[in-house]
Amino acid sequence: MRYLPLTPEDRADMLGVIGAGSIDELFVDVPAVARRSEPVDLPHHAGEIEVERELLRLSRRNRSAAEGPFFVGAGAYRHHVPATVDHIIQRSEFLTSYTPYQPEIAQGTLQVLFEFQSQVAALTGMDVANASLYDGSTATAEAVMMAQRVTRKNKAVLSGGVHPQYVGAVETLAHAAGVATLRLPAAIDAEDAVIAAIDADTACVVVQTPNVFGTATDVTKIAEAAHAAGALLIVVTTEAVSYGLLKSPGAMGADIAVAEGQSIGNGLNFGGPYVGLFACKEKFVRQAPGRLCGETVDADGKRGFVLTLSTREQHIRRDKATSNICTNSGLCALAFSIHMSLLGEQGLRQLASLNHQKALATAKALAAIPGVEILTPRFFNEFAVRLPKDAAEVVETLAAHGVIAGVPYSRLEPGSGLDDVLLVATTETTLDTDITFFAKLLAGAVQ
Amino acid sequence: MRFTKDHEWVAVEGDIATVGITAYAAEQLGDVVFVEVPEVGKTVAQGEGLAVVESVKAASDVYAPVSGEVVEANAELGDAPETVNAVPEAGGWFAKLKLSNPAEVDALMDRDAYEAFLSTL
Amino acid sequence: MSMNNVGRPTRPEASNDDAGFASLSGGRGLLQDEPLIFELGGWTKTGVDLPDAVPADSALAGLTRDEPIGLPGLSEPEAVRHYVRLSQKNHAIDLALYPLGSCTMKHNPRLNEKMARLPGLSDIHPLQPQSTVQGAIELMDRLAHWLKTLTGMPAVALSPKAGAHGELCGLLAIRAAHEAAGNGHRKTVLAPTSAHGTNPATAAFCGYTVVEIAQTDDGRVDLADLESKLGDHVAAIMVTNPNTCGLFERDVVEIARLTHAAGAYFYCDGANFNAIVGRVRPGDLGVDAMHINLHKTFSTPHGGGGPGAGPVVLSEALAPFAPTPWVVHDDSGYRLVEEAVGPAAQAFGRMSAFHGQMGMYVRAYAYMLSHGADGLRQVAEDAVLNANYVKARLSDLMSPAFPEGPCMHEALFDDAWLEDTGVTTLDFAKAMIDEGFHPMTMYFPLVVHGAMLIEPTETESKAELDRFIDALRLLAEAAKAGETGRFKNAPHLAPLKRLDETLAARKPKLKWKPVAPAPLAAE
Repeated sequence: MRYLPLTPEDRADMLGVIGAGSIDELFVDVPAVARRSEPVDLPHHAGEIEVERELLRLSRRNRSAAEGPFFVGAGAYRHHVPATVDHIIQRSEFLTSYTPYQPEIAQGTLQVLFEFQSQVAALTGMDVANASLYDGSTATAEAVMMAQRVTRKNKAVLSGGVHPQYVGAVETLAHAAGVATLRLPAAIDAEDAVIAAIDADTACVVVQTPNVFGTATDVTKIAEAAHAAGALLIVVTTEAVSYGLLKSPGAMGADIAVAEGQSIGNGLNFGGPYVGLFACKEKFVRQAPGRLCGETVDADGKRGFVLTLSTREQHIRRDKATSNICTNSGLCALAFSIHMSLLGEQGLRQLASLNHQKALATAKALAAIPGVEILTPRFFNEFAVRLPKDAAEVVETLAAHGVIAGVPYSRLEPGSGLDDVLLVATTETTLDTDITFFAKLLAGAVQ
Repeated sequence: MRFTKDHEWVAVEGDIATVGITAYAAEQLGDVVFVEVPEVGKTVAQGEGLAVVESVKAASDVYAPVSGEVVEANAELGDAPETVNAVPEAGGWFAKLKLSNPAEVDALMDRDAYEAFLSTL
Repeated sequence: MSMNNVGRPTRPEASNDDAGFASLSGGRGLLQDEPLIFELGGWTKTGVDLPDAVPADSALAGLTRDEPIGLPGLSEPEAVRHYVRLSQKNHAIDLALYPLGSCTMKHNPRLNEKMARLPGLSDIHPLQPQSTVQGAIELMDRLAHWLKTLTGMPAVALSPKAGAHGELCGLLAIRAAHEAAGNGHRKTVLAPTSAHGTNPATAAFCGYTVVEIAQTDDGRVDLADLESKLGDHVAAIMVTNPNTCGLFERDVVEIARLTHAAGAYFYCDGANFNAIVGRVRPGDLGVDAMHINLHKTFSTPHGGGGPGAGPVVLSEALAPFAPTPWVVHDDSGYRLVEEAVGPAAQAFGRMSAFHGQMGMYVRAYAYMLSHGADGLRQVAEDAVLNANYVKARLSDLMSPAFPEGPCMHEALFDDAWLEDTGVTTLDFAKAMIDEGFHPMTMYFPLVVHGAMLIEPTETESKAELDRFIDALRLLAEAAKAGETGRFKNAPHLAPLKRLDETLAARKPKLKWKPVAPAPLAAE
């Protein structure tokens, strides 16, 4: 077995040193009822050639995004990731290191985390950011829990524009902890509707911009209304590239900004691993979940970085911790940070503009089809369209012709009555010919 | 000044009790990096959590040695938590309580009794 | 002769004492101080070439950023150097043994990385039509089959994103089962003092109160104490097995029986599954739910802190309450059930958006296929053998916390042997860095004074184990000989000396701030 260095002779020698007659003697504490003399009923070991064959078989049964026109978004976006990113994250010292608990021999990881936190704080316009959470949806759920700790109130109001699967993640955690959630009915352009739902018991309002229908909203008024009622404003973003074009959550008064960071540096990966961005106002930092990296000096006075404010975390505070999170998304955060360094301010702004232009061009082409209506009034790189047919059926029809048209909203929220709504996303990887072909096929499919 | 077995001290002036942690406790905790002081107006019963004092690797609850209402919290500790290490039984105080049951004070240890208690640890 | 003596010297000069030598520019040979990207980069510099965006009519007026963001850019060569230089300041499993107890730092096969990057497995979207991702869903089904077979459990929820997320998933399934049975009043979770911090943190997040179970002198759950604390108020017990002392809970079957008799569920923290994979099935022990850290037992890389994956296997009683999504398979192919409606209505909800950590599933599946049932069994045996070998070879110098009987995959020492040396567990661990090893897990579990928890894993050769043990023996002898200077300021040879964590916590600097006036906007 290629991954196991011990030889039979080694094993015999080592048992001798230990003073055991056989390996079974080391498992003597296992109750007789659970001792197994034979391997379980699964195939035996396989070489690289066989394993590659099996994984290739499975991979060939999937239609990858690069194969043709692809307009799927709704919380995960296919962007081009520079080759440098994947090269660096496969370096042994980043890939195969553990959480940087020994700062003297983990300055590489720690400095990256400090740079990552600085980048996320800048992008979101917030005071501080943590060293990542699992993904955007769990970051949203953690933000709601944090708002409860800060305000000591027990109700979260979510707009009808929040991604339904994010709502699901929030409800799971909130209900476990006894926090009530009020989610407003799905609405394409009604983030402001949360204002009417704020009351004295409200710990936080959760809005998304651009929202799940792609609508970008200035949430400044919502922030004012939340603050007037002693509630926090949590702003969710599922497309981090939009930060390059749109006002930051911090500039609009957010108390906590959370986002899915997958778009920068990370592939689609069928939904994970992704990277949750979490940023907040400085005065709330001691209630924040997850790891924080901070600057300090070593015994010689040289600048260095350490994990800090750890008394918030489970390994110290146990049942009073701000979150149970331990493992986070370190390597995905590294990928994010490298890609962002390569982009820089100028590159990000250009990338964002490019994404926006592609969406405008796509919307223009689709709007020309009789019976197809663009529903999203102000969008970044994704918008909702109303079709004269069931959107899920149209998606299947177009997929059979090589175009992955988008996400039928009904897949995210069955029973919402929006079965004719299709979410269409574009990125810089969308070709002009993709748009033309998509429009042509869609025109045929909705006749 | 009176003391508890949980290493809090209390100094009473009129009906106001100033509360902190003892020099022994400050030494045992190591470098104090953060103190969560109570909000003014909060009412605490004897033995309830009053504040939290944090070192790098641990968070410890500070219990109210006497019952009362918080009338002042030591705002200086926000910027200078090291004060707790430097002068634990003076400037490093945490909160001032308006006593609701002054009799509780008399039941606490005096310095000699506390020193004797420490020698048993 | 021609006397051609123009060559350079080809042997070193006789060595002078280099102690205290410092370079003129501040770095140390190939190991240089590396500035932050904010100090290196330019506000108008970029390492990507993108086509220009063609202006078009946008409805975003009033919503766009007008202020600078404050993001530095690096050209590609600058970026590569920055990150490669930083990488060289890290220890890694690829460099040397990484004996962090409870973390299972084993070799990360590169085949798994290669497989995870196949476009058909990496460049697919969680929401594209299921008809176009049949291979991906089949892979999830295959992974589920392997996990169920290895654990002897009937069901698995794949979607949790890490161990702690798995614990949350397991406890929420338990809570949902209690509520469905009208037992919502059960609000207590019992857990040993030696538990991972995530256990009480997770229980508290679920609204449960944690009561600690005492431990016996031989490092196991105290059955009498457990029995006295079980009752109608108890929802579950959370027990790690093998436990955090590196010992198998030999009474685990009785623990399960007592727990079930009291109407509670048995949550097993599976962080230490590596010790028993392929040899012992938790399902045979009476476990109701257990998370599996794919980033430990099944070798997906730790990546400097993540990502991980924490699938949870579930018993028959808990399976109906598993979160969405899950895979079903029929004549028409594979399908992901994404919504808790109809027959799936008992599902407690979803753990996150989408379907879980697919990138980790691919790696773990490639790892499982590579080992097979026989190889995985060998994994457990070699992991346990290596740990016992470490324990046996260090027991004369260091004090094992539980000297009697074998340990499982990790060897636990206390600091009794350091008494009167002036050297602490922390000092000793930091001195290991100078010898080229990562420190072991320290001061955990909390029940052992000055704990040193060493988990070598099965992917260490005997030669590397001997090298490690020999280094520890030399250090232990130095400690006992009173060479405190070697320890008190250790590490001496790392990229940095010990760091001031007090300063970091008292005056948190959590992001870069410009020292000069803010940069001007790009353009």
